[in-house]
Amino acid sequence: MRLAKARRTPSAKGDDRGRVVNRTSGVNRGVRVRRVGDRALLVEVDSAEEVAALHAELLRRRAVGALPPLEEIVPAARTVLLDGLDAPDALANAIPTWWPLPPVTTDDGPLVELPVRYDGPDLAEVAARWRVPVAEVARIHSGFEYRVAFCGFAPGFGYLTGLPERYHVPRRATPRTAVPAGSVAVAGPYTGVYPRTSPGGWQLIGRTDVVLWDPHREPAALLRPGVRVRFIPEER
Amino acid sequence: MNAIEVVRAGALTTIQDLGRRGLAHLGVPRSGALDGPAHRLANRLVGNPPDAATLETTLTGVAVRAQAPVVAAVTGAPAPVRIDGRPAPWGLPVPVPAGAVLDVGTATHGVRSYVAFAGGIAVAPVLGSRATDLLAGLGPPPLSAGDVLPLGTPAAPPALVDVVPQPAPPDELVLRLRLGPREDWFTPEALRVLARARFTVASASNRIALRTEGPALTRAIDAELPSEGVVLGAVQVPTDGRPLIFLADHPTTGGYPVVGVVPEADLAAAAQARPGTPLRFHVVG
Repeated sequence: MRLAKARRTPSAKGDDRGRVVNRTSGVNRGVRVRRVGDRALLVEVDSAEEVAALHAELLRRRAVGALPPLEEIVPAARTVLLDGLDAPDALANAIPTWWPLPPVTTDDGPLVELPVRYDGPDLAEVAARWRVPVAEVARIHSGFEYRVAFCGFAPGFGYLTGLPERYHVPRRATPRTAVPAGSVAVAGPYTGVYPRTSPGGWQLIGRTDVVLWDPHREPAALLRPGVRVRFIPEER
Repeated sequence: MNAIEVVRAGALTTIQDLGRRGLAHLGVPRSGALDGPAHRLANRLVGNPPDAATLETTLTGVAVRAQAPVVAAVTGAPAPVRIDGRPAPWGLPVPVPAGAVLDVGTATHGVRSYVAFAGGIAVAPVLGSRATDLLAGLGPPPLSAGDVLPLGTPAAPPALVDVVPQPAPPDELVLRLRLGPREDWFTPEALRVLARARFTVASASNRIALRTEGPALTRAIDAELPSEGVVLGAVQVPTDGRPLIFLADHPTTGGYPVVGVVPEADLAAAAQARPGTPLRFHVVG
Protein backbone atom coordinates (compact mmCIF):
# COMPACT_ATOMS: atom_id res chain seq x y z
CA MET A 1 0.00 0.00 0.00
CA ARG A 2 2.73 2.43 1.04
CA LEU A 3 4.70 1.84 -2.14
CA ALA A 4 1.71 2.19 -4.37
CA LYS A 5 0.68 5.42 -2.67
CA ALA A 6 4.11 6.93 -3.14
CA ARG A 7 3.76 6.45 -6.89
CA ARG A 8 0.27 7.77 -7.22
CA THR A 9 -0.03 10.82 -9.41
CA PRO A 10 -2.98 13.02 -10.31
CA SER A 11 -3.28 11.00 -13.52
CA ALA A 12 -4.77 8.25 -11.38
CA LYS A 13 -7.83 10.49 -11.17
CA GLY A 14 -8.48 10.07 -14.85
CA ASP A 15 -6.46 12.82 -16.49
CA ASP A 16 -2.87 13.14 -17.55
CA ARG A 17 -1.67 15.84 -15.17
CA GLY A 18 1.53 14.85 -13.46
CA ARG A 19 2.65 12.38 -16.08
CA VAL A 20 6.40 12.61 -16.26
CA VAL A 21 8.66 10.37 -18.25
CA ASN A 22 12.16 10.67 -16.89
CA ARG A 23 14.20 9.35 -19.79
CA THR A 24 17.59 10.00 -18.21
CA SER A 25 16.99 7.53 -15.39
CA GLY A 26 14.80 5.20 -17.42
CA VAL A 27 12.09 5.45 -14.75
CA ASN A 28 8.62 6.08 -16.11
CA ARG A 29 6.63 8.09 -13.62
CA GLY A 30 3.58 7.70 -15.89
CA VAL A 31 3.21 4.11 -14.79
CA ARG A 32 1.16 3.69 -11.61
CA VAL A 33 1.59 0.55 -9.56
CA ARG A 34 -1.33 -0.02 -7.20
CA ARG A 35 -1.48 -2.60 -4.45
CA VAL A 36 -4.47 -4.96 -4.71
CA GLY A 37 -4.95 -6.76 -1.40
CA ASP A 38 -1.98 -8.64 0.04
CA ARG A 39 -0.91 -10.62 -3.01
CA ALA A 40 -1.55 -8.62 -6.17
CA LEU A 41 -0.49 -5.51 -8.07
CA LEU A 42 -2.37 -3.49 -10.66
CA VAL A 43 -0.02 -1.79 -13.10
CA GLU A 44 -1.70 1.12 -14.88
CA VAL A 45 -0.38 2.76 -18.05
CA ASP A 46 -1.74 5.33 -20.48
CA SER A 47 -2.70 3.42 -23.61
CA ALA A 48 -3.60 0.04 -25.06
CA GLU A 49 -0.21 0.06 -26.85
CA GLU A 50 1.60 0.43 -23.53
CA VAL A 51 -0.48 -2.41 -22.04
CA ALA A 52 0.60 -4.60 -24.97
CA ALA A 53 4.25 -3.67 -24.47
CA LEU A 54 4.08 -4.25 -20.69
CA HIS A 55 2.27 -7.56 -21.13
CA ALA A 56 4.90 -8.74 -23.65
CA GLU A 57 7.68 -7.64 -21.28
CA LEU A 58 6.10 -9.57 -18.38
CA LEU A 59 5.84 -12.73 -20.51
CA ARG A 60 9.48 -12.32 -21.64
CA ARG A 61 10.65 -11.92 -18.05
CA ARG A 62 8.60 -14.85 -16.85
CA ALA A 63 9.97 -17.07 -19.66
CA VAL A 64 13.57 -16.44 -18.56
CA GLY A 65 12.82 -16.73 -14.84
CA ALA A 66 13.27 -12.99 -14.22
CA LEU A 67 9.85 -12.58 -12.57
CA PRO A 68 8.97 -13.80 -9.06
CA PRO A 69 6.51 -16.73 -9.04
CA LEU A 70 2.91 -15.61 -9.60
CA GLU A 71 -0.40 -17.18 -10.57
CA GLU A 72 -1.99 -14.77 -13.00
CA ILE A 73 -0.93 -12.08 -15.50
CA VAL A 74 -4.18 -10.43 -16.65
CA PRO A 75 -3.98 -7.61 -19.21
CA ALA A 76 -7.00 -5.32 -19.64
CA ALA A 77 -7.81 -1.97 -21.24
CA ARG A 78 -5.25 0.22 -19.43
CA THR A 79 -3.86 -2.15 -16.81
CA VAL A 80 -2.10 -5.44 -16.22
CA LEU A 81 -3.03 -7.33 -13.04
CA LEU A 82 -0.35 -9.48 -11.40
CA ASP A 83 -2.00 -11.88 -8.94
CA GLY A 84 -0.66 -14.54 -6.60
CA LEU A 85 2.59 -12.81 -5.59
CA ASP A 86 4.20 -13.75 -2.29
CA ALA A 87 6.07 -10.44 -1.91
CA PRO A 88 4.49 -7.75 -4.10
CA ASP A 89 6.50 -4.81 -2.68
CA ALA A 90 9.81 -5.60 -4.38
CA LEU A 91 8.14 -6.07 -7.76
CA ALA A 92 6.09 -2.88 -7.27
CA ASN A 93 9.36 -0.99 -6.86
CA ALA A 94 11.06 -2.66 -9.82
CA ILE A 95 8.37 -2.33 -12.49
CA PRO A 96 8.73 1.46 -13.13
CA THR A 97 12.46 0.96 -13.78
CA TRP A 98 11.69 -1.24 -16.82
CA TRP A 99 10.85 1.73 -19.05
CA PRO A 100 11.31 2.44 -21.88
CA LEU A 101 9.76 -0.85 -23.02
CA PRO A 102 10.23 -2.17 -26.55
CA PRO A 103 6.96 -1.49 -28.41
CA VAL A 104 4.95 -4.42 -29.75
CA THR A 105 5.29 -4.46 -33.53
CA THR A 106 2.59 -5.57 -35.95
CA ASP A 107 4.27 -8.89 -36.77
CA ASP A 108 4.71 -9.99 -33.14
CA GLY A 109 2.53 -12.85 -31.98
CA PRO A 110 0.75 -15.75 -33.67
CA LEU A 111 -1.76 -15.00 -36.44
CA VAL A 112 -5.32 -16.35 -36.55
CA GLU A 113 -7.43 -15.95 -39.69
CA LEU A 114 -11.21 -16.05 -39.23
CA PRO A 115 -13.47 -16.51 -42.28
CA VAL A 116 -16.52 -14.27 -41.73
CA ARG A 117 -19.90 -13.89 -43.43
CA TYR A 118 -20.62 -10.18 -43.07
CA ASP A 119 -24.40 -10.55 -42.74
CA GLY A 120 -25.03 -9.54 -39.10
CA PRO A 121 -28.37 -8.01 -38.05
CA ASP A 122 -26.70 -4.67 -37.17
CA LEU A 123 -24.83 -4.36 -40.47
CA ALA A 124 -27.14 -1.61 -41.77
CA GLU A 125 -26.90 0.41 -38.57
CA VAL A 126 -23.09 0.14 -38.52
CA ALA A 127 -22.97 1.13 -42.21
CA ALA A 128 -25.14 4.16 -41.44
CA ARG A 129 -22.91 5.22 -38.55
CA TRP A 130 -19.85 4.76 -40.77
CA ARG A 131 -21.66 6.66 -43.55
CA VAL A 132 -20.82 3.95 -46.10
CA PRO A 133 -22.96 1.59 -48.21
CA VAL A 134 -23.82 -1.67 -46.40
CA ALA A 135 -21.71 -3.65 -48.86
CA GLU A 136 -18.63 -1.63 -47.84
CA VAL A 137 -18.63 -2.72 -44.18
CA ALA A 138 -17.05 -6.10 -44.95
CA ARG A 139 -14.26 -4.54 -47.00
CA ILE A 140 -13.52 -1.87 -44.41
CA HIS A 141 -13.70 -4.10 -41.33
CA SER A 142 -11.64 -6.90 -42.88
CA GLY A 143 -9.09 -4.39 -44.20
CA PHE A 144 -7.45 -3.92 -40.79
CA GLU A 145 -5.34 -6.30 -38.77
CA TYR A 146 -6.44 -6.78 -35.17
CA ARG A 147 -4.76 -7.84 -31.98
CA VAL A 148 -6.29 -9.47 -28.90
CA ALA A 149 -5.71 -6.84 -26.21
CA PHE A 150 -7.29 -8.88 -23.43
CA CYS A 151 -9.99 -11.43 -22.61
CA GLY A 152 -13.00 -11.15 -20.33
CA PHE A 153 -16.81 -11.33 -20.23
CA ALA A 154 -16.72 -15.07 -21.00
CA PRO A 155 -13.98 -17.69 -21.42
CA GLY A 156 -12.29 -17.10 -24.77
CA PHE A 157 -13.98 -13.74 -25.47
CA GLY A 158 -11.21 -11.47 -26.75
CA TYR A 159 -11.29 -7.68 -26.91
CA LEU A 160 -9.61 -6.96 -30.27
CA THR A 161 -8.02 -3.59 -30.98
CA GLY A 162 -7.10 -2.31 -34.42
CA LEU A 163 -10.27 -0.58 -35.66
CA PRO A 164 -9.46 3.11 -36.30
CA GLU A 165 -11.33 5.62 -34.16
CA ARG A 166 -13.51 6.92 -36.98
CA TYR A 167 -15.18 3.48 -37.13
CA HIS A 168 -15.94 3.24 -33.40
CA VAL A 169 -19.68 2.78 -32.72
CA PRO A 170 -21.61 2.70 -29.43
CA ARG A 171 -23.14 -0.43 -27.98
CA ARG A 172 -26.78 -1.13 -28.69
CA ALA A 173 -29.15 0.75 -26.40
CA THR A 174 -30.83 -2.54 -25.51
CA PRO A 175 -28.62 -5.63 -25.26
CA ARG A 176 -29.81 -8.84 -26.89
CA THR A 177 -30.67 -11.68 -24.53
CA ALA A 178 -29.09 -14.26 -26.85
CA VAL A 179 -26.29 -13.57 -29.31
CA PRO A 180 -25.41 -16.67 -31.39
CA ALA A 181 -21.97 -18.26 -31.01
CA GLY A 182 -19.53 -17.05 -33.66
CA SER A 183 -21.12 -13.61 -33.97
CA VAL A 184 -18.58 -10.95 -34.96
CA ALA A 185 -19.39 -7.69 -33.21
CA VAL A 186 -18.10 -4.17 -32.69
CA ALA A 187 -18.45 -1.72 -29.78
CA GLY A 188 -16.32 1.29 -28.96
CA PRO A 189 -12.70 0.64 -29.90
CA TYR A 190 -13.16 -3.14 -29.86
CA THR A 191 -14.09 -5.99 -32.14
CA GLY A 192 -15.15 -9.27 -30.50
CA VAL A 193 -16.38 -12.72 -31.47
CA TYR A 194 -18.90 -14.36 -29.15
CA PRO A 195 -17.39 -17.75 -28.25
CA ARG A 196 -20.79 -19.22 -27.39
CA THR A 197 -24.40 -18.12 -27.27
CA SER A 198 -24.77 -15.49 -24.56
CA PRO A 199 -26.43 -12.15 -23.85
CA GLY A 200 -24.65 -9.26 -25.53
CA GLY A 201 -24.93 -5.57 -26.32
CA TRP A 202 -22.42 -5.19 -29.15
CA GLN A 203 -23.37 -4.44 -32.77
CA LEU A 204 -23.41 -7.68 -34.76
CA ILE A 205 -21.85 -7.39 -38.21
CA GLY A 206 -21.11 -11.00 -39.15
CA ARG A 207 -20.63 -14.59 -38.20
CA THR A 208 -17.79 -17.14 -38.27
CA ASP A 209 -18.02 -20.94 -38.07
CA VAL A 210 -14.63 -21.21 -36.36
CA VAL A 211 -14.87 -22.62 -32.82
CA LEU A 212 -13.26 -19.95 -30.66
CA TRP A 213 -13.47 -21.72 -27.33
CA ASP A 214 -13.21 -25.44 -26.58
CA PRO A 215 -12.04 -26.34 -23.06
CA HIS A 216 -11.06 -29.81 -24.31
CA ARG A 217 -8.78 -28.41 -27.04
CA GLU A 218 -5.23 -27.14 -26.67
CA PRO A 219 -5.25 -24.19 -26.80
CA ALA A 220 -8.78 -23.85 -25.39
CA ALA A 221 -9.01 -20.21 -26.48
CA LEU A 222 -8.15 -19.31 -30.07
CA LEU A 223 -8.11 -15.60 -29.21
CA ARG A 224 -5.54 -15.13 -26.43
CA PRO A 225 -3.92 -11.83 -25.44
CA GLY A 226 -1.23 -10.98 -27.99
CA VAL A 227 -2.73 -13.05 -30.85
CA ARG A 228 -3.07 -11.17 -34.18
CA VAL A 229 -6.37 -11.61 -36.02
CA ARG A 230 -7.40 -11.16 -39.66
CA PHE A 231 -11.01 -11.42 -40.77
CA ILE A 232 -11.45 -12.97 -44.23
CA PRO A 233 -14.77 -12.05 -45.92
CA GLU A 234 -16.69 -15.07 -47.25
CA GLU A 235 -19.09 -14.92 -50.18
CA ARG A 236 -22.64 -14.38 -48.99
CA MET B 1 -15.06 -48.39 -9.79
CA ASN B 2 -17.28 -47.15 -6.94
CA ALA B 3 -19.90 -44.45 -7.50
CA ILE B 4 -22.59 -42.51 -5.69
CA GLU B 5 -26.10 -41.89 -6.93
CA VAL B 6 -27.83 -38.62 -6.13
CA VAL B 7 -31.09 -39.31 -4.26
CA ARG B 8 -31.87 -35.69 -3.30
CA ALA B 9 -29.90 -32.88 -4.91
CA GLY B 10 -30.81 -30.14 -2.41
CA ALA B 11 -31.26 -26.47 -3.32
CA LEU B 12 -27.90 -26.22 -5.09
CA THR B 13 -25.19 -28.84 -4.80
CA THR B 14 -22.07 -28.57 -6.93
CA ILE B 15 -18.83 -30.48 -7.30
CA GLN B 16 -15.87 -28.42 -6.07
CA ASP B 17 -12.12 -28.69 -5.68
CA LEU B 18 -9.35 -26.08 -5.56
CA GLY B 19 -10.47 -24.57 -8.88
CA ARG B 20 -8.70 -23.41 -12.03
CA ARG B 21 -5.56 -21.31 -11.68
CA GLY B 22 -3.49 -19.44 -14.19
CA LEU B 23 -6.28 -18.99 -16.76
CA ALA B 24 -7.72 -15.61 -15.76
CA HIS B 25 -6.10 -14.02 -18.85
CA LEU B 26 -8.42 -16.20 -20.96
CA GLY B 27 -11.49 -15.07 -19.01
CA VAL B 28 -11.65 -18.31 -16.98
CA PRO B 29 -12.72 -17.71 -13.35
CA ARG B 30 -10.85 -19.55 -10.61
CA SER B 31 -13.96 -21.29 -9.17
CA GLY B 32 -13.40 -23.99 -6.48
CA ALA B 33 -14.81 -24.49 -2.97
CA LEU B 34 -16.09 -21.25 -1.40
CA ASP B 35 -15.11 -22.45 2.09
CA GLY B 36 -11.61 -23.70 1.31
CA PRO B 37 -10.70 -24.79 4.87
CA ALA B 38 -13.90 -26.87 5.18
CA HIS B 39 -13.25 -28.52 1.80
CA ARG B 40 -9.68 -29.36 2.80
CA LEU B 41 -10.76 -30.70 6.19
CA ALA B 42 -13.38 -32.97 4.63
CA ASN B 43 -10.73 -34.38 2.31
CA ARG B 44 -8.22 -34.85 5.15
CA LEU B 45 -10.79 -36.73 7.22
CA VAL B 46 -11.32 -39.35 4.50
CA GLY B 47 -7.61 -39.60 3.53
CA ASN B 48 -7.82 -37.57 0.31
CA PRO B 49 -5.33 -35.00 -0.99
CA PRO B 50 -6.63 -31.39 -0.76
CA ASP B 51 -7.37 -31.17 -4.48
CA ALA B 52 -9.82 -34.10 -4.47
CA ALA B 53 -13.34 -33.08 -5.48
CA THR B 54 -16.07 -32.81 -2.82
CA LEU B 55 -19.76 -31.86 -2.85
CA GLU B 56 -20.64 -28.29 -1.83
CA THR B 57 -24.25 -27.99 -0.63
CA THR B 58 -26.36 -24.86 -0.17
CA LEU B 59 -28.51 -24.66 3.00
CA THR B 60 -30.62 -27.78 2.40
CA GLY B 61 -27.95 -30.48 2.13
CA VAL B 62 -27.89 -33.48 -0.19
CA ALA B 63 -28.57 -37.23 -0.10
CA VAL B 64 -26.58 -39.85 -2.03
CA ARG B 65 -26.57 -43.64 -2.20
CA ALA B 66 -23.21 -45.44 -2.22
CA GLN B 67 -22.92 -48.26 -4.76
CA ALA B 68 -20.09 -49.89 -2.77
CA PRO B 69 -18.79 -49.26 0.77
CA VAL B 70 -17.06 -45.87 1.10
CA VAL B 71 -15.83 -43.61 3.89
CA ALA B 72 -17.38 -40.12 3.84
CA ALA B 73 -17.09 -36.96 5.94
CA VAL B 74 -19.27 -33.84 6.25
CA THR B 75 -17.75 -30.48 7.23
CA GLY B 76 -18.50 -26.78 6.73
CA ALA B 77 -22.00 -25.74 7.72
CA PRO B 78 -23.08 -28.06 10.57
CA ALA B 79 -26.03 -30.25 9.59
CA PRO B 80 -27.67 -33.46 10.78
CA VAL B 81 -26.00 -36.46 9.10
CA ARG B 82 -27.88 -39.74 8.70
CA ILE B 83 -26.93 -43.05 7.16
CA ASP B 84 -30.04 -45.02 6.20
CA GLY B 85 -31.94 -42.90 8.70
CA ARG B 86 -29.57 -43.46 11.64
CA PRO B 87 -27.74 -40.43 13.08
CA ALA B 88 -24.05 -40.28 12.17
CA PRO B 89 -21.41 -37.77 13.27
CA TRP B 90 -20.75 -34.47 11.49
CA GLY B 91 -17.05 -33.65 11.10
CA LEU B 92 -15.76 -37.22 11.40
CA PRO B 93 -15.05 -39.98 8.88
CA VAL B 94 -18.08 -42.26 8.71
CA PRO B 95 -18.37 -45.60 6.85
CA VAL B 96 -21.26 -45.75 4.39
CA PRO B 97 -22.22 -49.37 3.56
CA ALA B 98 -23.01 -50.51 0.03
CA GLY B 99 -26.52 -49.38 -0.96
CA ALA B 100 -26.90 -47.10 2.08
CA VAL B 101 -28.07 -43.50 1.76
CA LEU B 102 -25.93 -40.75 3.27
CA ASP B 103 -28.26 -37.83 3.99
CA VAL B 104 -26.92 -34.40 4.90
CA GLY B 105 -29.85 -32.36 6.22
CA THR B 106 -30.56 -28.67 6.36
CA ALA B 107 -27.69 -26.69 7.87
CA THR B 108 -28.30 -25.65 11.49
CA HIS B 109 -26.18 -22.59 10.80
CA GLY B 110 -23.93 -21.48 8.00
CA VAL B 111 -24.75 -22.06 4.32
CA ARG B 112 -22.44 -24.60 2.70
CA SER B 113 -21.62 -28.12 3.88
CA TYR B 114 -18.84 -30.14 2.24
CA VAL B 115 -19.15 -33.87 1.68
CA ALA B 116 -15.95 -35.76 0.89
CA PHE B 117 -15.75 -39.41 -0.18
CA ALA B 118 -12.58 -41.51 0.06
CA GLY B 119 -11.04 -41.43 -3.42
CA GLY B 120 -12.76 -38.16 -4.32
CA ILE B 121 -15.45 -37.53 -6.90
CA ALA B 122 -13.84 -38.59 -10.16
CA VAL B 123 -15.81 -36.83 -12.90
CA ALA B 124 -13.65 -35.77 -15.86
CA PRO B 125 -11.72 -32.57 -15.14
CA VAL B 126 -12.14 -29.50 -17.37
CA LEU B 127 -9.03 -27.32 -17.69
CA GLY B 128 -7.42 -29.13 -14.77
CA SER B 129 -10.35 -28.92 -12.35
CA ARG B 130 -13.62 -30.71 -11.60
CA ALA B 131 -15.17 -27.58 -10.10
CA THR B 132 -18.57 -26.35 -11.25
CA ASP B 133 -18.23 -22.72 -12.33
CA LEU B 134 -21.67 -21.10 -12.28
CA LEU B 135 -20.51 -17.88 -13.98
CA ALA B 136 -18.61 -19.34 -16.93
CA GLY B 137 -20.56 -22.60 -17.14
CA LEU B 138 -17.44 -24.77 -16.90
CA GLY B 139 -17.28 -28.16 -15.21
CA PRO B 140 -20.18 -30.46 -14.35
CA PRO B 141 -23.67 -28.94 -13.98
CA PRO B 142 -25.21 -28.71 -10.49
CA LEU B 143 -26.39 -32.07 -9.19
CA SER B 144 -29.79 -33.50 -10.14
CA ALA B 145 -31.57 -36.46 -8.59
CA GLY B 146 -30.53 -39.63 -10.40
CA ASP B 147 -27.04 -38.43 -11.33
CA VAL B 148 -24.37 -41.09 -10.86
CA LEU B 149 -20.94 -39.73 -9.91
CA PRO B 150 -17.86 -41.95 -10.14
CA LEU B 151 -15.49 -42.11 -7.16
CA GLY B 152 -11.70 -42.47 -7.38
CA THR B 153 -9.55 -45.04 -5.66
CA PRO B 154 -8.83 -44.16 -2.01
CA ALA B 155 -5.23 -43.01 -1.67
CA ALA B 156 -4.79 -43.24 2.10
CA PRO B 157 -6.72 -44.49 5.15
CA PRO B 158 -9.12 -42.08 6.86
CA ALA B 159 -7.71 -39.71 9.48
CA LEU B 160 -7.61 -40.86 13.11
CA VAL B 161 -9.62 -38.17 14.89
CA ASP B 162 -11.93 -38.17 17.89
CA VAL B 163 -13.69 -34.88 17.50
CA VAL B 164 -13.74 -31.88 15.24
CA PRO B 165 -14.93 -28.63 16.85
CA GLN B 166 -18.09 -27.20 15.31
CA PRO B 167 -17.78 -23.56 14.38
CA ALA B 168 -20.04 -21.35 16.51
CA PRO B 169 -22.56 -19.34 14.52
CA PRO B 170 -21.18 -15.80 14.24
CA ASP B 171 -23.46 -12.97 15.37
CA GLU B 172 -21.76 -10.67 12.92
CA LEU B 173 -19.50 -11.09 9.91
CA VAL B 174 -16.39 -8.91 10.23
CA LEU B 175 -14.21 -8.82 7.12
CA ARG B 176 -10.79 -7.24 7.04
CA LEU B 177 -10.40 -4.87 4.10
CA ARG B 178 -7.27 -3.49 2.54
CA LEU B 179 -8.16 -0.33 0.62
CA GLY B 180 -7.33 -0.09 -3.08
CA PRO B 181 -6.75 -0.24 -5.94
CA ARG B 182 -9.53 2.34 -6.64
CA GLU B 183 -10.37 3.90 -3.27
CA ASP B 184 -9.63 7.29 -4.84
CA TRP B 185 -12.79 6.87 -6.97
CA PHE B 186 -14.86 7.34 -3.79
CA THR B 187 -15.54 10.35 -1.60
CA PRO B 188 -13.84 10.58 1.82
CA GLU B 189 -17.33 10.25 3.31
CA ALA B 190 -17.90 7.01 1.39
CA LEU B 191 -14.68 5.58 2.82
CA ARG B 192 -15.79 6.57 6.34
CA VAL B 193 -19.13 4.85 5.74
CA LEU B 194 -17.35 1.77 4.46
CA ALA B 195 -15.22 1.59 7.61
CA ARG B 196 -17.99 2.30 10.13
CA ALA B 197 -21.39 1.35 8.79
CA ARG B 198 -23.21 -1.88 9.47
CA PHE B 199 -24.22 -3.68 6.29
CA THR B 200 -26.20 -6.90 6.03
CA VAL B 201 -25.64 -9.92 3.79
CA ALA B 202 -28.13 -9.72 0.91
CA SER B 203 -30.22 -12.67 -0.24
CA ALA B 204 -28.99 -12.17 -3.82
CA SER B 205 -25.57 -13.51 -2.73
CA ASN B 206 -24.25 -16.53 -4.61
CA ARG B 207 -21.00 -18.26 -5.62
CA ILE B 208 -20.05 -15.23 -7.70
CA ALA B 209 -20.37 -12.56 -5.03
CA LEU B 210 -21.55 -11.83 -1.51
CA ARG B 211 -23.88 -8.89 -1.98
CA THR B 212 -24.67 -6.33 0.69
CA GLU B 213 -27.62 -4.24 1.77
CA GLY B 214 -27.03 -1.01 3.61
CA PRO B 215 -25.64 2.40 2.81
CA ALA B 216 -24.59 3.17 -0.75
CA LEU B 217 -21.06 4.45 -1.34
CA THR B 218 -20.86 7.68 -3.32
CA ARG B 219 -18.22 8.11 -5.95
CA ALA B 220 -15.82 11.00 -6.34
CA ILE B 221 -15.21 10.11 -10.00
CA ASP B 222 -18.18 9.61 -12.29
CA ALA B 223 -16.19 8.49 -15.32
CA GLU B 224 -16.50 4.99 -16.70
CA LEU B 225 -13.64 2.79 -15.51
CA PRO B 226 -12.03 0.85 -18.37
CA SER B 227 -12.28 -2.91 -17.69
CA GLU B 228 -9.49 -4.17 -15.44
CA GLY B 229 -8.52 -7.46 -13.83
CA VAL B 230 -10.15 -8.25 -10.49
CA VAL B 231 -9.00 -10.63 -7.73
CA LEU B 232 -10.76 -13.00 -5.35
CA GLY B 233 -12.09 -10.96 -2.41
CA ALA B 234 -12.26 -7.71 -4.39
CA VAL B 235 -14.96 -5.36 -3.04
CA GLN B 236 -16.50 -3.89 -6.17
CA VAL B 237 -19.01 -1.06 -6.11
CA PRO B 238 -21.49 -1.12 -9.01
CA THR B 239 -23.64 1.83 -10.03
CA ASP B 240 -26.13 1.32 -7.16
CA GLY B 241 -23.28 2.04 -4.71
CA ARG B 242 -23.77 -1.19 -2.73
CA PRO B 243 -20.45 -2.99 -2.27
CA LEU B 244 -20.22 -6.65 -3.23
CA ILE B 245 -17.42 -9.07 -2.38
CA PHE B 246 -16.21 -11.31 -5.18
CA LEU B 247 -16.14 -15.03 -4.36
CA ALA B 248 -14.68 -17.98 -6.31
CA ASP B 249 -16.85 -17.74 -9.47
CA HIS B 250 -16.17 -14.01 -9.94
CA PRO B 251 -15.59 -12.54 -13.41
CA THR B 252 -11.92 -12.09 -14.32
CA THR B 253 -12.31 -8.45 -15.38
CA GLY B 254 -14.73 -5.74 -14.35
CA GLY B 255 -15.61 -2.16 -15.18
CA TYR B 256 -16.69 -0.93 -11.76
CA PRO B 257 -14.15 0.42 -9.27
CA VAL B 258 -12.78 -1.92 -6.59
CA VAL B 259 -12.60 0.03 -3.33
CA GLY B 260 -10.66 -2.62 -1.44
CA VAL B 261 -9.84 -6.31 -1.09
CA VAL B 262 -10.86 -8.79 1.62
CA PRO B 263 -8.02 -11.25 2.35
CA GLU B 264 -8.65 -14.84 1.25
CA ALA B 265 -8.46 -16.05 4.87
CA ASP B 266 -11.70 -14.16 5.65
CA LEU B 267 -13.68 -15.46 2.68
CA ALA B 268 -14.62 -18.83 4.23
CA ALA B 269 -16.63 -16.97 6.87
CA ALA B 270 -18.19 -14.84 4.12
CA ALA B 271 -19.22 -18.02 2.27
CA GLN B 272 -21.00 -19.28 5.40
CA ALA B 273 -22.86 -16.03 6.22
CA ARG B 274 -26.61 -16.30 5.72
CA PRO B 275 -28.68 -13.52 4.21
CA GLY B 276 -29.52 -11.00 6.92
CA THR B 277 -26.26 -11.52 8.83
CA PRO B 278 -24.85 -8.15 9.98
CA LEU B 279 -21.61 -7.31 8.17
CA ARG B 280 -18.86 -4.82 8.96
CA PHE B 281 -15.57 -4.08 7.24
CA HIS B 282 -12.46 -3.67 9.35
CA VAL B 283 -10.19 -1.45 7.28
CA VAL B 284 -6.58 -2.53 7.76
CA GLY B 285 -4.80 -0.18 5.39
